[in-house]
Amino acid sequence: MNYYESKDLDRFGEIGQFRGELAEKFFDYYNAVTACDGALTKREKALIALAVAHAKQCPYCIDAYTTQCLETGANPDEMTEAVHVAAVMEAGMTLVHGVQMHNALRKRGAM
Amino acid sequence: MRLPSFEEKLTEHGLDLAPLGVETLQVNVTRLCNQACHHCHVDASPKRTEQMSRATVDRCLEILARNPAITKLDITGGAPELNPHFDFFVEAARRLGKHVMVRHNLTVTIDGNPQTGESKRYLPEFFARHRVEVISSLPYFQEFFTDKQRGNGVFKKSVESLRLLNEQGYGKSDGAQGFGLTLNLVYNPVGAFLPAPQESLERQFKKELEAKFGVVFNGLFTITNMPINRFKKDLERLGAYDEYMTRLVSAYNPAAARGVMCRSLISVGHDGSLYDCDFNQMLDLNLSGESGGTVFDFNLDKLLNRKIIFGQHCYGCAAGAGSSCGGATAKV
Repeated sequence: MNYYESKDLDRFGEIGQFRGELAEKFFDYYNAVTACDGALTKREKALIALAVAHAKQCPYCIDAYTTQCLETGANPDEMTEAVHVAAVMEAGMTLVHGVQMHNALRKRGAM
Repeated sequence: MRLPSFEEKLTEHGLDLAPLGVETLQVNVTRLCNQACHHCHVDASPKRTEQMSRATVDRCLEILARNPAITKLDITGGAPELNPHFDFFVEAARRLGKHVMVRHNLTVTIDGNPQTGESKRYLPEFFARHRVEVISSLPYFQEFFTDKQRGNGVFKKSVESLRLLNEQGYGKSDGAQGFGLTLNLVYNPVGAFLPAPQESLERQFKKELEAKFGVVFNGLFTITNMPINRFKKDLERLGAYDEYMTRLVSAYNPAAARGVMCRSLISVGHDGSLYDCDFNQMLDLNLSGESGGTVFDFNLDKLLNRKIIFGQHCYGCAAGAGSSCGGATAKV
């Protein structure tokens, strides 16, 4: 038994077993955002979701959005680029905190 | 979890899918092919030897001549151009005034016959001269997916072949010399997933193929991979068969079911046997009852009253936007 079972994604709806009206609001919102073309195409949204899935390291979402990317016509080059976007954002967010380190160094007269 | 049978699903939605007519005679003239694609439901390859005989071709032509309701001849294979009577079949059907479609894999023009070495370079000009509608598989507008599914080097050869068709005037939608020479491409997913929506994928294919390779075409047909034969074995090898079937069943669309192609065509095997579709042909699911077993006892009235044979693979034609030899059958 792993903590994450890919089949469990199919049971996502179970979250509505208690306080179902809240789950309903979430799933309506979720579908309104992801399930159709808007200002962004469904394909573009799937690539964004894939990038977020990697940044947040959610195995369910990586599975689901790999399929969604393929089923909206994306290819491994585009999907890999999306993952790189997530990766450089993470790296950039770490590195830009170096400025805070510089502030702290200056405060201590060490820079 | 037990999946409902296709017929149970039809009953659940109150659907009775009876034949609507026979508009198309789809004839599989050979299982020989210069390629051996991963997804091929025919299990075609350079080693296959099944060929339709001249007598069977002649009988198909008689059927076309005697039945004006059958307006289209759809020739498929294998690579149908590798049947020794292919050129005759096309010429004769065109003389009968039939609309002729050929399921052309593109690379046969470059590769020729893998068993005899015979060149097939004349095909683009031959198709244009007889105003054949060319329908060609191209799994993607990039090399990676295409070669993964159809073999190394297939993408480059396909582009070369598409350019030869364009030179003959194929794929040009208006005004130009090639007006009326239709070149449609067929997309099917490289793996265990459903096709992207046909319209958006067509826009993407057109943009990419024209910008990167100067290639034009008319329409893109999206086709779902059928969970039979080679593709089924692939799914089983990946441990993905159950997941794929669940995906197809959960994407079942009654509108797509109503549009299944078996309601308007009859499929003919290389030996003249009759089937509801090319997939049933590959599964040896012969026509039911008294509707006539081969082209030699072909009876249109009986065929119109037959009961179409369905199986679990039929979910492939009824999932999502649907799937047929002419692409999607419904809006989602």
